[in-house]
Amino acid sequence: MQKTVKQEMTALAGDQAVAYAVKQSDVDVVAAYPITPQTIIVEKFSEYVADGEVETEFVCVESEHSAMAASIAASATGARAFTATASAGLALMHEMLFVASGCRTPVVMAVANRALSAPLNIHGDHSDSMAQRDSGWIQLYAENSQEAYDSIIQAFRIAENLDVLLPVMVGLDGFTLSHTLENVETLPEEAVKEFVGVRKFPNVLTHNGKTAPFKLDPANPMTMGPIALQNYYFEFKRQQEEGMEHAVNVIQEVNNEYAKISGRSYGNGLVEKYCLEDAEVAAICLGSTAGTMKTVVDDLRQEGIKAGLLRLRTFRPLPVEEIRSALANVKALAVMDKCMSFGGNGGPVFHEFRHLFYDAAKRPYIVNYIYGLGGRDTSPRELRSIYETLQGILQTGCVEKPIQYLGLRG
Amino acid sequence: MTHHNKNWKEIAPAGVCSKSSIGFLTGDWKTYTPVRDPEKCTRCVLCVIFCPDGAIKWHPEKNDIEFDYNFCKGCGICANQCPTNAITMRLEQESK
Repeated sequence: MQKTVKQEMTALAGDQAVAYAVKQSDVDVVAAYPITPQTIIVEKFSEYVADGEVETEFVCVESEHSAMAASIAASATGARAFTATASAGLALMHEMLFVASGCRTPVVMAVANRALSAPLNIHGDHSDSMAQRDSGWIQLYAENSQEAYDSIIQAFRIAENLDVLLPVMVGLDGFTLSHTLENVETLPEEAVKEFVGVRKFPNVLTHNGKTAPFKLDPANPMTMGPIALQNYYFEFKRQQEEGMEHAVNVIQEVNNEYAKISGRSYGNGLVEKYCLEDAEVAAICLGSTAGTMKTVVDDLRQEGIKAGLLRLRTFRPLPVEEIRSALANVKALAVMDKCMSFGGNGGPVFHEFRHLFYDAAKRPYIVNYIYGLGGRDTSPRELRSIYETLQGILQTGCVEKPIQYLGLRG
Repeated sequence: MTHHNKNWKEIAPAGVCSKSSIGFLTGDWKTYTPVRDPEKCTRCVLCVIFCPDGAIKWHPEKNDIEFDYNFCKGCGICANQCPTNAITMRLEQESK
């Protein structure tokens, strides 16, 4: 086995960990606009620029819409581009997110997940990135600051893979991760630079009949994403889906390769299984909640209860086969949603889990828990009650309330 | 312009144009066509300068201008600019 490289233990909040990962990843252009709780990423990175620690071009833009536009343009010229945002900022980017994925520009973006107004709330939930579910972006969710650091580095490799060529957003829970100091093992800069490598480009046929690398270059003029109507638009959308399908394998390969240099991996890169081998009752969650959930599972296991956890690290592309096989023997499932889909009969993650078990040989009982909106704290006691409910369902053989609100008064 | 529509596996990503736009004769969009009276025209070439589509060419060897009706969209800017009113806009069917 290859020896991992020597690393440095640093105390970093999630945002600082992201900024540090970007600093090490040989990024050419950062265009960003500050918004709580993402601010520290931009603040810290602009310090690196001001202090001459990076050669990155930092573009101070007037809005998130422009931040994304500038990132797409930079990426289209062949540059490695990064941006970061949260909440209303991500919502303002909405239109441009589709341009990034449609133009196949491998932009990487950190999203410090935060609730959306109104009422105004700066704290963490997944409403912002879930609302961008269908924008064609790959979505990874980090459990802790260490994973935020590692995922940003991995994201460049995933996005720029020629079989993928799609933008990647890495979610880290606002404040819970973004502003909380943790021990983070950081790789030496050379190791990160070597891992991310230099951007490669596929060759495409251009309008003047020449084949050229897929980037905007005056030496080889080409037009990207101009117009495609009834006779071609559909074909381009199908190509994007192909990129997503390839991403399922690429995310796993990158996770494995990263483990070789760092010693760290996150499940298979798509899902992380915790005590699932013989689990009868299990929960599914994204992001930092998994940390608390693991201690709850440990407690339950000590009491002889066959409890397990599946952490969904990759939400897009949804790793359908991996989820089905990981949960094949589970009898009752609780799907956690830190987001509402108003009038949608449950949260967005719940919808996906119910749908992927529709044609499974064995279907578990499935309950949806909507929790933690606007940064509402979720205690181990509350999480434990989920497993107790699942056990009750196994005894009665009936799901009385398929959609439940955890930690809501009344 | 007719060509075979390729399937999704055959095309470049991101809508990269694989053909030049020269083949698209945008001149057929027009309703009005500029028609010039060579007697009134002083060859001042203001129309050549103002044409937003580059559809009027100056030929020094002929000492004359020439309309490219394949790309003229009939906007009428040339007629509006002409200091001697040598260009008139006529309905497509009348000009033929």
